[in-house]
Amino acid sequence: MTNHMDQMDIEHTQSVDMMLNMGPQHPSTHGVFRMLLRIDGEVVVDAEPHIGYLHRGSEKLCEGEQYHQVVTLFDRLDYISNFNNEWVFCRAVEKLMGVEVPQRAEYIRVILAELNRIASHLLFLGTFGLDAGAMTPVMFAFRARERIQGFFEAVSGARMMHNYFHIGGVKEDVPHNFNDLLSSLLLDLRKDVEECDRLLSFNEVFVARTKGVGEIDLETALDYGWTGPSLRACGLEYDVRKAEPYSIYNLFEFEVPVARDGDCWDRYYVRVLEMYESLSIIEQAFSGIPDGPVMALGRRLIRPPKGDVYVRAENPRGEIGVYLVSDGTDKPYRVKVRPPSFCSLSALRHLVRDTYIADAVVILGSLDIVLGEVDR
Amino acid sequence: MLGSIKGMLVTLVSTFRKPVTDQYPNKPRQVEPRYMGFPALTWDHSVGEPYCTACMVCIRQCPTQCMTATMKDNPLHKEEKSSRRKIVDVFEINLNRCILCGICVEVCNFDAIVMSHEYEHSGYERNGDRVALDGLLEMGTTYQKKTNWVPPSELKKALKDDLALKKATD
Ligand code: SF4
Ligand code: SF4
Repeated sequence: MTNHMDQMDIEHTQSVDMMLNMGPQHPSTHGVFRMLLRIDGEVVVDAEPHIGYLHRGSEKLCEGEQYHQVVTLFDRLDYISNFNNEWVFCRAVEKLMGVEVPQRAEYIRVILAELNRIASHLLFLGTFGLDAGAMTPVMFAFRARERIQGFFEAVSGARMMHNYFHIGGVKEDVPHNFNDLLSSLLLDLRKDVEECDRLLSFNEVFVARTKGVGEIDLETALDYGWTGPSLRACGLEYDVRKAEPYSIYNLFEFEVPVARDGDCWDRYYVRVLEMYESLSIIEQAFSGIPDGPVMALGRRLIRPPKGDVYVRAENPRGEIGVYLVSDGTDKPYRVKVRPPSFCSLSALRHLVRDTYIADAVVILGSLDIVLGEVDR
Repeated sequence: MLGSIKGMLVTLVSTFRKPVTDQYPNKPRQVEPRYMGFPALTWDHSVGEPYCTACMVCIRQCPTQCMTATMKDNPLHKEEKSSRRKIVDVFEINLNRCILCGICVEVCNFDAIVMSHEYEHSGYERNGDRVALDGLLEMGTTYQKKTNWVPPSELKKALKDDLALKKATD
């Protein structure tokens, strides 16, 4: 063996980088996303993300639908946090029309949207554990998420595509057993979240896989347009709910969790802490929910005046913005969505360079992207 | 080390918990009362005809354009048995295209369409999910029986009467 090595002319051997196709059906890519990796041994030299497999032309489709039908399309943008998406579109139209949403509807919206945030983060927790090689947490996280989804079914009639938030309020009042359902759900949920937290957060193997991996500094993150938990993991306390309080968020007391290092573990733990904050918001909203109507507009055609608005909101994945142009008809003239996942994903190439392939999977998981929103 | 042990403890404790998994095909899932399954048409038992007058409101409002309908003169109206002058002749919903949004139910003025509790609708034919009037009515009557369905407009009227009564007595 040694003889053979000696005979080889080491100076003139060359190694060619290998191309590795990851996705579009790779289980770690959370949807249909393809990453073309140029690897040198185990190390990623370069990465080229390919998106567009889930492109449905949602923005264009919006132009052909009446305003109340567009809500169904927004449901399907970020299909992990449907309520948050419905909400931002409804708010855009409400702002354009100058409609005041009844207080009760606002409370219901906050409760459901925050529950959706927890559901989304739970899904992230489970699948991120899976990306790092932990099989068990996903079971626990899905069990908890299933509780939330069951609650959504009781309230809105659907587990995922609700079409429950309408322009001017919500579709119908909550069911009569809403209080019982929600209080028992909150009890269970707090236990579940704590359990998931205990299961994964400080597990040595998990910490070793994620701490110091995929670090990004605040400056770069801002340049890439990061928002939401991923940005807060880099150390900037920026949350649309605090920076520009919409709806009734100024009535509640909650913290904005911030981390410092901007690595995968920080991005993970900020989300875990956010779940606790969301729970506290829901509890506050639940105790203060007033009686009254839930719908400001009657059953008439929605025809906003000519003009345009930009509305933003804090989604589980970051800041979502909707730019809506109306030409005074019953259909929008243009709807532009600023998706948070797309901006996080754009930094992927920067993040995975010079890491191991296994770490690239972890980094992609830590960005918590939803392809429905990236591709639209 | 401590973190892993803590995690192991969680796993150990959960070993003794009751499983939460639904044994789906053997034991169908219990759905919530508000569950939105496939849309179906309701049957007016007091007259013996569908509620639907094929007014086309839901068809125009459906975001996926998955329904069609035509209307005809109601023979029972001529015999003065029914107050509906027109009645549905042909109705079809392509359940493959339906996105279960519930808009059709919201816009219908005649209590004629409901989101049934049906959610199993896979078949072997490409067009097997294009359900015509009799199929929709069958789904609807099953739903009506299962949930003791009362037309929403009657519910609303009863609520209004209640409120009026309360006001009068106050
Ligand atoms: S279901 Fe209702 S809205 Fe649709 S055609 Fe029949 S009566 Fe009209
Ligand atoms: S539920 Fe929605 S998609 Fe389905 S038939 Fe009714 S309006 Fe159309």
